[in-house]
Amino acid sequence: MVGSDKFPVSSPRWLLAELTYTCPLQCPYCSNPLDFARHKNELDTQDWLRVFSQAREMGAVQLGLSGGEPLVRQDLPILVKHARQLGYYVNLITSGYKLDEDKIAELKDAGLDHIQVSIQAPERTLNNYLAGTDSFENKKEVARLVKKHGYPMVLCVVIHRQNIHLMREILDMAVELEADYLELANTQYYGWAHLNRDQLLPTREQFQEAEAIAQGYKEKLKGKMKIYYVVPDYYEDRPKACMNGWGTTFLTIAPDGLALPCHEARSLPGLNCPNVRDMSIRDIWLHSDAFNKFRGFDWMKEPCRSCPEKTRDFGGCRCQAYLFTGDMTAADPVCGKSPHRYTVTEAIANARSSFQSGEGKPLVFRNVKNSKSLSSRMGKA
Amino acid sequence: MALDTKSLFSFSPLHRLQWEEAQQRFVILYPEGMVELNLSAAEILKLCDGTRDLEQIVSELETKFETTGLRDDISELLQSALDNGWIRQIPRQ
Repeated sequence: MVGSDKFPVSSPRWLLAELTYTCPLQCPYCSNPLDFARHKNELDTQDWLRVFSQAREMGAVQLGLSGGEPLVRQDLPILVKHARQLGYYVNLITSGYKLDEDKIAELKDAGLDHIQVSIQAPERTLNNYLAGTDSFENKKEVARLVKKHGYPMVLCVVIHRQNIHLMREILDMAVELEADYLELANTQYYGWAHLNRDQLLPTREQFQEAEAIAQGYKEKLKGKMKIYYVVPDYYEDRPKACMNGWGTTFLTIAPDGLALPCHEARSLPGLNCPNVRDMSIRDIWLHSDAFNKFRGFDWMKEPCRSCPEKTRDFGGCRCQAYLFTGDMTAADPVCGKSPHRYTVTEAIANARSSFQSGEGKPLVFRNVKNSKSLSSRMGKA
Repeated sequence: MALDTKSLFSFSPLHRLQWEEAQQRFVILYPEGMVELNLSAAEILKLCDGTRDLEQIVSELETKFETTGLRDDISELLQSALDNGWIRQIPRQ
C-alpha cells in the first residue's frame, strides 16, 4: 500500500536518535523500555553518521539527540558536527547532569542549535529524590550556561502527582532562569511511568488546578516565554494524534539500531521492527512492514473505521491501545467512543485511591538493577 | 509588540531560516519545531538581515516583482513574525 493514491507516504521530518540507554538519573517515569538493560550492542559512530545522512536525504530536518543521557556518548561532538553540516536543526535533550561550560562551548562550536534541560522539581530535595541523583544545583547552573552561550533555552519539567502541587514554583523557576521555552509535559503512561502509574497519575482536580495556573502564566509571559503544555490524555475525551499519524513524520532509532515509528513501539509484540544495521533508512521508511502497519486507515476497527474524527487523531496511540486492551489495532481507550474507556476510568480511580489512602507500592526507579529484575520477570511471562 | 516602521529588522538568533530541498520551500526552525513558509513570506523574511527597514523591504520587493502596493501585506507579515519571535526590531542609531 506504499504510496497508494488514498494515502500517499510522506517523508520523515523528525529523527529521534536515542544514542544510549545509559543514564546517571533514575526517573521513575522514564519513557525507555522496562527491559532497557538487555538491549546492549549500541550503534557506533559510523552507524549514526550513516543514519543521519540517510534520514536527511529522506527529508528529516529536526534531529533530537536523546537517550538515556546522550552526554555519556564520547562521540557526541562528532555526531553534532555531522548533523549540522547536513542541515539538521540539532536538539540535545539532556538531564544536564555533569554538563560543564567547556562542553557547552564545544557543542556550540560543533553546531548544536539547542539544549533542552530537564528539571524534575523546583526544589532540591524533591528534584534529587525523583532523579535518584544529587543534581539540582548542577542543573540550574547548566540552564544559566546554556543561556550564556546563546542557545535558546528550553526547560522541560515532567509533571505528575509528586510535583504537580508545585506548578507555581515550577513556573517561577523558569522565569528566574530566563527560559525561552518551558515544556510542561504531563507524564505519558508508558514504560516506567506505566509501572508507577498509581503513584504518579494526578487526580482530575489536581490536574485542573495546575492547568489553570499554567494558563495564567501563559498569558502573563506572552512574548517572553513560550509555554508548551502537554496534556495528560487520560483526562481527555478524545485521543492524541499520536506521532501525527504512524509513519508520517517521526522516526526513532533506538540505541541498538532498532528503527521505531514511535519511541514506545518496541513494546508492541510481533511488530518486527527493522534495524539500521540491516536496512537503509529509505527501505525502512518506505518498505518495512512495521512502518506500513498502521499507515492510513485500512487497519482500523470500529469505532475508528467509521469515525469522522479518524483523519484528525488517527485512532490515537497504538501502544496505549495495546497496553490497555492487548490489541494494538483497537481504538485508543482514552477515547469516549472506545468500548474500553472503562479501563482508563479504572486506572484513574486506582491512582486516586492510592493518593487518598497514602498507601500503595513504592516508586520503582529506573535503573539497571530494576530493569534486569523486570526483564527476567517479563522473560518468564 | 507594535511594529516600528523606522526600525531595522533582523532575524532572531534563536531561529533559523533555511531552504528545505525535500519540501521545496523555506522553513523556520526552532527548538523542536518548524514553520513552513510560503514564497512571499520567505522573500520578506530573507530581507530581515539587520540592514533594512520597512520602506526598504517594500521598495526592494516591489522592484524585484515589478509591482506596487505591497506595503500592507509586508507590514502585516512582519507584525506576525515579530509576535512569533522570528524577527527583532533594532532601532536605528
